[in-house]
Amino acid sequence: MFRSERVRSILYQALLLAGVIGLGWYLVSNTLHNLETRQIQVGFAFLSREAGFEIAEKHIAYEASDSYLRAFLVGLANTLVVAALGIFFATIIGTLIGIARLSSNWLLAKLASAYVEVMRNVPLLLQLFVWYGIFTELLPPVKESIEVGGWLFVSQRGFRFAWPAEHVAWSAAGWAFLAGIVLAWLWRGHARRTQIATGRQLPVGWPSLALVLGLPIAAWAVLGAPTQFDVPELSGFDFQGGRVISPEFTALLLGLSTYTAAFIAEVVRAGILAVDKGQGEAAMALGLTPGQRLRLITLPQALRVIIPPMTSQYLNLAKNSSLAVAIGYPDLVAVANTTMNQTGQAIEAIAILMAVYLSISLSISLFMNWYNDRVRLVER
Amino acid sequence: MANGTLSTLPDAALPAAAERPPSGGGGGPIGWIRDNLFSSASNTIVTLLTLAVLAYIVPPALNWLVFSAVWGNQPLAACDAVRGQGACWAVVWEKFRFMMFGVYPFDQQWRPAIAIVILCGLLVVSGIKLFWRPSLAAIWIAGIAATFWLMGGGLGLAPVRSEQWGGLPVTLILAIFGIAFAFPLGVLLALGRRSKLPIIRSFSVIYIEVVRGVPLITVLFMASVMFALFLPEGVRIDQMLRAQVAIILFIAAYLAEAVRGGLQAVPKGQYEAAEALGLPYWKMMLLVILPQGLKISIPPIVNSFISVFKDTSLVVIIAIYDFAYAVKKSVETDFAWKKYFIEAFLFSIVVYWIFCFAMSKYSQWLERDLARGHR
Repeated sequence: MFRSERVRSILYQALLLAGVIGLGWYLVSNTLHNLETRQIQVGFAFLSREAGFEIAEKHIAYEASDSYLRAFLVGLANTLVVAALGIFFATIIGTLIGIARLSSNWLLAKLASAYVEVMRNVPLLLQLFVWYGIFTELLPPVKESIEVGGWLFVSQRGFRFAWPAEHVAWSAAGWAFLAGIVLAWLWRGHARRTQIATGRQLPVGWPSLALVLGLPIAAWAVLGAPTQFDVPELSGFDFQGGRVISPEFTALLLGLSTYTAAFIAEVVRAGILAVDKGQGEAAMALGLTPGQRLRLITLPQALRVIIPPMTSQYLNLAKNSSLAVAIGYPDLVAVANTTMNQTGQAIEAIAILMAVYLSISLSISLFMNWYNDRVRLVER
Repeated sequence: MANGTLSTLPDAALPAAAERPPSGGGGGPIGWIRDNLFSSASNTIVTLLTLAVLAYIVPPALNWLVFSAVWGNQPLAACDAVRGQGACWAVVWEKFRFMMFGVYPFDQQWRPAIAIVILCGLLVVSGIKLFWRPSLAAIWIAGIAATFWLMGGGLGLAPVRSEQWGGLPVTLILAIFGIAFAFPLGVLLALGRRSKLPIIRSFSVIYIEVVRGVPLITVLFMASVMFALFLPEGVRIDQMLRAQVAIILFIAAYLAEAVRGGLQAVPKGQYEAAEALGLPYWKMMLLVILPQGLKISIPPIVNSFISVFKDTSLVVIIAIYDFAYAVKKSVETDFAWKKYFIEAFLFSIVVYWIFCFAMSKYSQWLERDLARGHR
């Protein structure tokens, strides 16, 4: 009977299931017992209690008297901001370096590959330590800030710069900029559909530029064209006014982007190399301009190869942003760490951490899969 | 070769390739320079711009790093004299023992030194194809046992608790033992993920995807705070073992994906032939599929090892004395030398880089070598 495949398959699975359930039950019962002896309440009720710690950087209003839940949200916002900007910059730097590695210029190609070989073979954590050290120890103290043109002040406390004074025209310009991007995108779709339907080519480049730049300028001018700036001024021990980018944030963003860029460069290089040489030659024979050749022939085919490994680099960057805790940027992990130390609710805090990172990973994967489906070549 | 890569940059490069005389720029070094640096107007501009940037950066950097730097076992005053002009490599001499061995008892530090040699020897031996046979497992068991005996003591050596282990041997132990113990787990998970049995498959998929979806730090946190809650009252396992278990469980998921790639590359006919011979599942896997699949997955496994080697530095966050933490602590705890932390970190960066670069070059060579053997 044991030789029958069906019996064995059921037996194996039953064994695994029993093992997992048994281990789980053992761990849970130990944990419950330990929590009881330490008098720690299980559950997420602590999230509504007062957090009682300050967070240095925030994109959401927060004070020490707010709840732990709000502290977690502040940390999450910080994580998302640094991850999104990191992905943006890493993609740009990585693409440039990947293309430079393929350059026919020997010097440029060698420099680019030296960059890749150095950056990707050193732990990111050490790179972050060095960046952070440079920004906090080697820059002058606040009193001796390096001044750039009277509107930027660089010191150990970060980069403080002038910012437009509060005025309705500035915020309107910001919204108009976003609206311009959406409208330009819609126009591009319209031009594409028109070309497919009638063969007539509508201009895309100039109208898009006009929308993205013109709309905000127009909104700003119509609402009074304010030129008042909030300029940082040294008073007492620190600057007042303007906006500041902290050294922690700068070090983290720089470290994440330059490190991931080395991996992205390799992805881009492999993608471009994967496009058949004959494709470019055929496009040239058809009389396409170099720009069209890149946009219509090389890029769509390279993207097909690039996107899957690029997705895993984006995922790595998002996960690596958790190294923020090592240099004191208040990301989600840092907030969770403080919460664990204060409340002892380790299980809940780590469960939240894992759930959030899983969701972030899943969202990036879903978005990139959607994009991958869009750029995939339709094969016969 | 140059022509092959040219066509991939259609913008500027293709016309340049067409304009070029078919025989290239003539032989000799001058011809090479003309071919590779000044083949066209745009190429010349790029070369000149790059040279200008290099001329701006390289001389001051070299001056700081080498010529004005303080080398050798010099006192602090020598460094302070050139502060700002030259690097203070004397900090490496001053703190060398602490960086390498952490808080390991000073008079016993020959033991971790030998452990480093043994662990590096294991890596080198495993990289040589001549040793790819079952006896390699015996070499590994002997190497692991010797490392533990040297580090932990007993049998005639003074015992040293694992809280006192530190520096480079800890990094090597975490990475090498991590991959060694994660490997069988990874193979099982990979087989599980390709299994026809629904419960085993879904368990493997969930494990792999969850672990790959979260950062290593969260797993390390879990190990450092939650393991204590998981175990029955009174049972304690030390911090380093907890981190080691966390690293093993973490890498296993990545190794599983590397192995799965290899298994998928085994042609379907091999499975069918094994089944036709009437081999049961485990014999089919052990005798037919795994030997072929694992060979294909060796390069991605080496790449996973490189990233594990780098990622072990994250144990800094839960305060385990690996190499990175020892370097950090060596300068942080000494107020006089603290200002030369950049030099200390650069030293650790060079050490990590040598390991990772050597392994990545080996991995690239191996990939070509195996591909050649496969044809």
